[in-house]
Amino acid sequence: MSEPTPSEPGPGEPEGRGAAWTSPREPKGAASPGLRSDEGETREGDASRAPGGERDKQSEREDRGPILEVRELTVHHGQLQALDHVSLRVFPGEVYAIIGANGAGKSTLLRTIAGLHRPTEGSILFDGTNVTRVRPERRAISGIVMVPEGRRLFGSLTVEENLQVGATYTRKGPWTIERVYELFAWMKDRRAQRTEQLSGGEQQSVAIGRALVANPRVLLLDELSLGLAPVVVQRIYGMLPQILATGLTVLLVEQDVSQALRVASHLQCLLEGRTTLEGKPSEVTPEEVEAAYFGLRSAPAAEGSEEA
Amino acid sequence: MVWINDIITGILIGGLYALFACGLSLMFGVMKVINLAHGDLAVIGGYIAVGVIAVTHIPVLWSFVIVVPLMAVLGYVLQRTVIQAALDRSILTTLLVTFGLSVVIENGLLQFESANSHSLGVDNAIITSSFSIGSQITVAYLLLLIFVVAVVVLTGLQYFLSRSRYGRLIRAVADDKEAAQLSGIDYRHVFGIAAAIAFGTVALAGIAYGMYSQFAPTTGTDTILLFAFAAVVIGGLGSLWGTLLGGVVLGVAQAVGAQISGSDEFLAGYIVFLAVLVLRPQGLIARRSTS
Repeated sequence: MSEPTPSEPGPGEPEGRGAAWTSPREPKGAASPGLRSDEGETREGDASRAPGGERDKQSEREDRGPILEVRELTVHHGQLQALDHVSLRVFPGEVYAIIGANGAGKSTLLRTIAGLHRPTEGSILFDGTNVTRVRPERRAISGIVMVPEGRRLFGSLTVEENLQVGATYTRKGPWTIERVYELFAWMKDRRAQRTEQLSGGEQQSVAIGRALVANPRVLLLDELSLGLAPVVVQRIYGMLPQILATGLTVLLVEQDVSQALRVASHLQCLLEGRTTLEGKPSEVTPEEVEAAYFGLRSAPAAEGSEEA
Repeated sequence: MVWINDIITGILIGGLYALFACGLSLMFGVMKVINLAHGDLAVIGGYIAVGVIAVTHIPVLWSFVIVVPLMAVLGYVLQRTVIQAALDRSILTTLLVTFGLSVVIENGLLQFESANSHSLGVDNAIITSSFSIGSQITVAYLLLLIFVVAVVVLTGLQYFLSRSRYGRLIRAVADDKEAAQLSGIDYRHVFGIAAAIAFGTVALAGIAYGMYSQFAPTTGTDTILLFAFAAVVIGGLGSLWGTLLGGVVLGVAQAVGAQISGSDEFLAGYIVFLAVLVLRPQGLIARRSTS
């Protein structure tokens, strides 16, 4: 399952593609054009791509060792298994994107890393320390800070008070409330407003600011694009380079595949709680992503034989 | 003129009711706990004051200096242990647990202190006297003092919640405790602090009640808890000034009821309570919406 078959290049292929995209499992959020965007640079070295790429990546990524490592994580929601032995290694300075359809277990993975769910099996290592049993607030103070899905601002507090709460147990680092006001230019003028009065995109910015002022080492972003207009999503993701420049590491979950591919330096796809694809965005083909995302055993070209 | 006198007394007693009610309102607003033992805590505060005065011989008026911190510590400890354990199961469990606490406190007091009522006699001559406005209106200094204390406590609490760092954390945790955790905040500790404040204020209210009237082991549930609930509901949940207004409306309604017929005193208060529930269930001062 975790070894996606290298697909035939076959650029174009409207019919096969069309068949895949009209599959009944198609989620709303996936945008097909995005899957094709970096097609040009992924053509070379097709057959040896996965193993070869893995080796290059290992050498450059593993210099300092992973800042965050998840080993064989299994999580249950009651009877339901949400994650099935998922592993990942995030290295300092990376933008590690986890993609997948609704219910693939992405948010569960992120929430478990933040400490909001107890795993049934597996472990989470932060900077070499096992934090699997550490309470969420302790993890936040030690540097794993999450921007939760749906923003979850303190609705009766003002913008500034939300940031002040975020900075309650701040670590030493570059981020201050003033710095957040510089990043989001509109925010300072409206700092006395309650966050209920803000638009979705503005609320998302405050949520990011609230996480940043804690000076995280690893920033977890859960579905930033949820419920926001595409333009707003672009603008918010456009802030990512400035955030990364301050030296933190980002692990994000995104249903919008094209957006994830645009910003990620490493990619992992989940399907029904299992890893179906892992690699650099430049090393995976759109067909592979598509197959991993929707759970097709192989690329659309091979679909016929599978059905037989 | 008799009416005006009674209404003024009702307003001043409203301060006492607000003092009873603000802790109840705070605990519900922050941790969604309806503390059915709230009235009994006031009575415990009264009994501790009786004990403290007997041992240390400090003036009744100053007994709060010892009783309030003691009760605050008890509040923190109870919140972090029994009440938090109930909260971890479900909100409904807290209802059962606080009801259980109430039963334990009442029967404990009956067992060790008998059913006799106590009061905290103030030995300060000025406080026990009253002053007159005109020929018809007399106001007891004690009631005025209690009202002023209530306003000071509510103002202080309001200021603490809106301006201080811990006040901000209390409001944040009340909004979304999981999001607060993600900002590194141990919401259990913040809950403990909110409970400490609630227990402290209700202990103060218990002492004030003991000076104004008298209490027995069952006073907590048959009088104080009901008044506190009525004040909270009339004023509006989560609003401190609403609580004061609710207390005053309840006090005035009781005074007017007593004027109509001596046996209707409490009935009048509850009629207002019911009317508010039916006509304006969000209370006279609705809390800012947090949808």
